[in-house]
Amino acid sequence: MLPELGQFALILALLLAGLQAFFGIAGPHLRRDRWLDAVVPAVAGQFVMVATAIGCLVTAFVTHDFSVRYVAENSNSALPLFYRITALWGAHEGSLLLWIFILSCWTLAVAIGAARLPARFSARVLGVLGLVSFGFLLFTLATSNPFSRLIPAAPDGHDLNPILQDPALAIHPPILYTGYVGFAVAFAFACAAMLEGRLDQAWARWTRPWTTAAWSFLTVGIALGSWWAYYELGWGGFWFWDPVENASFMPWLVGTALVHSLATTDKRGLFKSWTLLLAILAFSLSLLGTFLVRSGVLVSVHSFAADPTRGIFILAFLIVMIGGSLALYAWRAPLLRSTAGFELGARESFLLFNNILLVIAAAIVFGGTMAPLIADALGLPTLSVGTPYFNPTFLMPILPLLALLPIGMHANWKKGRLAEKRRKILATLAVALVLSLAVVFGIFSQPKLLALVGLALGPWIILSSLLDPIDRWRRRLTLTPSVLGMAIAHVGVGLFVIGITVVQSFTQEHDVALARGDQTALGGYEFRFDGVENIEGPNYDGVRASIIVSRKAVPLGTLYPEKRRYWVQGTVTTESAIRMNRGSNLLLALGDDLGAGRWSVRIQVRPLVNLVWLAALIMALGGGLAGIDRRYRLAARNATELATGAAAAKEAAG
Amino acid sequence: MNRFLVPLALFALLVVVLAIGIRHSPDKGTIASPLVGRAAPGFALPSLTDAQHLVRSEDLKGHWYVFNVWGTWCVECRAEHAMLVEAGHAGLVPIIGLDWKDEDDHALDWLAQLGNPYQAIAVDHDGRTAVDWGVYGAPETFLVNAQGVIVYKLVGPLTRESWTREFVPRLPRRAAAGF
Repeated sequence: MLPELGQFALILALLLAGLQAFFGIAGPHLRRDRWLDAVVPAVAGQFVMVATAIGCLVTAFVTHDFSVRYVAENSNSALPLFYRITALWGAHEGSLLLWIFILSCWTLAVAIGAARLPARFSARVLGVLGLVSFGFLLFTLATSNPFSRLIPAAPDGHDLNPILQDPALAIHPPILYTGYVGFAVAFAFACAAMLEGRLDQAWARWTRPWTTAAWSFLTVGIALGSWWAYYELGWGGFWFWDPVENASFMPWLVGTALVHSLATTDKRGLFKSWTLLLAILAFSLSLLGTFLVRSGVLVSVHSFAADPTRGIFILAFLIVMIGGSLALYAWRAPLLRSTAGFELGARESFLLFNNILLVIAAAIVFGGTMAPLIADALGLPTLSVGTPYFNPTFLMPILPLLALLPIGMHANWKKGRLAEKRRKILATLAVALVLSLAVVFGIFSQPKLLALVGLALGPWIILSSLLDPIDRWRRRLTLTPSVLGMAIAHVGVGLFVIGITVVQSFTQEHDVALARGDQTALGGYEFRFDGVENIEGPNYDGVRASIIVSRKAVPLGTLYPEKRRYWVQGTVTTESAIRMNRGSNLLLALGDDLGAGRWSVRIQVRPLVNLVWLAALIMALGGGLAGIDRRYRLAARNATELATGAAAAKEAAG
Repeated sequence: MNRFLVPLALFALLVVVLAIGIRHSPDKGTIASPLVGRAAPGFALPSLTDAQHLVRSEDLKGHWYVFNVWGTWCVECRAEHAMLVEAGHAGLVPIIGLDWKDEDDHALDWLAQLGNPYQAIAVDHDGRTAVDWGVYGAPETFLVNAQGVIVYKLVGPLTRESWTREFVPRLPRRAAAGF
């Protein structure tokens, strides 16, 4: 009964999304202001319906209703409760439902937050969001219904994919999607501004907090995914340039450009058409990511069941949404004229470089991701591009970007002279260079050029980011959340650069075959293999090795890498054992049974790897802090006053 | 020429590439496996039905055969079993089973109940052979030619459609000669 209720709720949500799109877009266009009153109730109703549908599916999982095909395929009676709930987004149908639910959460938040904006404008924003939601609901109901029944019901479920049975991965999709889908808000604001022909800088200011929030979520989501890949896949890498990873990374790069470009449009009224384009692009890349992951056009280690009919549907949807918004852009953007100018060396010029370099970086990732498809379309032999392409090419725009950052954040608007800041910036650079030389030659004593560059850039960015907050604090000026947020996010960038440089340059790795009692050494640590034992978990069994780790004969403890075999699907997963010691990550992964009590073991000593994820969290924290700045709320209030004031003036005149 | 049309034009180009990508994607499953076009990994494993004998890849050389990975714990294997039995009866090509990480008595019960489509069944208790064959999850079905090269790999249950569309057309005219 409940699954049917869920399906019915989804159908109602589809109808409400249609109403929301129609009244929200047609109402302002035809100047029927009474239609606008229907938009917010449609948003609220749609939220309730989607929440009901999610509730029904969760109930089916919790109560082991194996007559629902999706539950039978992704759950099992031995699966613990936590994973029965997160199994909701363990495969295609449920992920889509989650996507829609998060979109309806964002839409509800916008309906509440944008209530202060001019009525026609906010109706248009909600209308565009309704259109996006309509497309996804139609897709779900037409091709990927999570509520289809299985008759007769399965006696037991096929179990959740074992590699998804992990706490980090359980919470990774909702956070990642919150970021992905959040760019829909910036997209909707841009489309609303273009529909309205209201292309002043107001829309940029209204969009900023939403975009920054979405960006922060996406940052955390990507970091969690990378952290999961690091310890669960057991290969000891944290980024594989896999199509699915790239699908989330491209919107992030363009989103980062958008955050900076919105600031320029907001403050100086520049880059208006460019900002519109970035807002369209960021969301288009989110949609494209969904297409690539869901349609099966790209084969990936993460990809869920592929289905060409789904691909055709998403492609049609892409044409409507992206094609439509780009056509709107081609029509409206020529109306824009930037009046203000700026000198080379002014803050605007640095933000322009930031945008260009980030978009180039996104284009590089895009090119690599799409290369197999393009080769296929041109009839060339099957081509696949990996780390050897991505790593060096990606550095080309990113290194100049990082080098310009510590200077650009101190540049003045409009004027090209750095004036008195110049000495401080040079001083921070000098300190950073000394630090870099000291670390590379002093601690690791391995002269590597990229390590020197990275370890100079990272500290330079951090020190330079701190100049402004310290200066303000000393002069007892108020530290607004936006100034502090920007500094924190940039410190995060610096820490990230340090982390990734050290890991990439100074990781040591060793594959060995060990029998009980054997010992091996790596990176100043000794590892003694103490044999394996059998283990059994709630829905798996496996083996666990004990490896005693010591440093200079001082024991640090025992590590237990595991190999698990999940009963239902028969899948074997590697659970590596990780231990932090003096900032280094010791990672042990158990390989194969080589017979005669010997096992292959992979040992890695990765210095500062945790800093990579920590830095991403710090960036997101900075973004979150900047997004809550009071002036955005003031800006929204002023907008209402302005609009009502203008209306009152009109009435008085008429 | 309006330069603001450039993004739209680039997008149109992308749509063409994606559309071609979708049209080709049904064959993706066959290209995806690095093993297709390579020699089938060798094995010598105990037979499920005849404890005295080994099932060896050596003995299969010179014959086309279908290699089906299954287990009684696998729900989808039950779904495909009827199709396997039918294909086995048709006798176009011998079917070799790999009973993957299973209990022997469960497997024997299953065959007694549902029928035995296999010419021979190799028992892979520790899953090593399945790993050699790049098996991700049961069921998976391979088609191996007389030279011992994997020519096709199917992930997921065998259906009538995949059997008639993918397996039968790949077989030589008279592959049916038993072994």
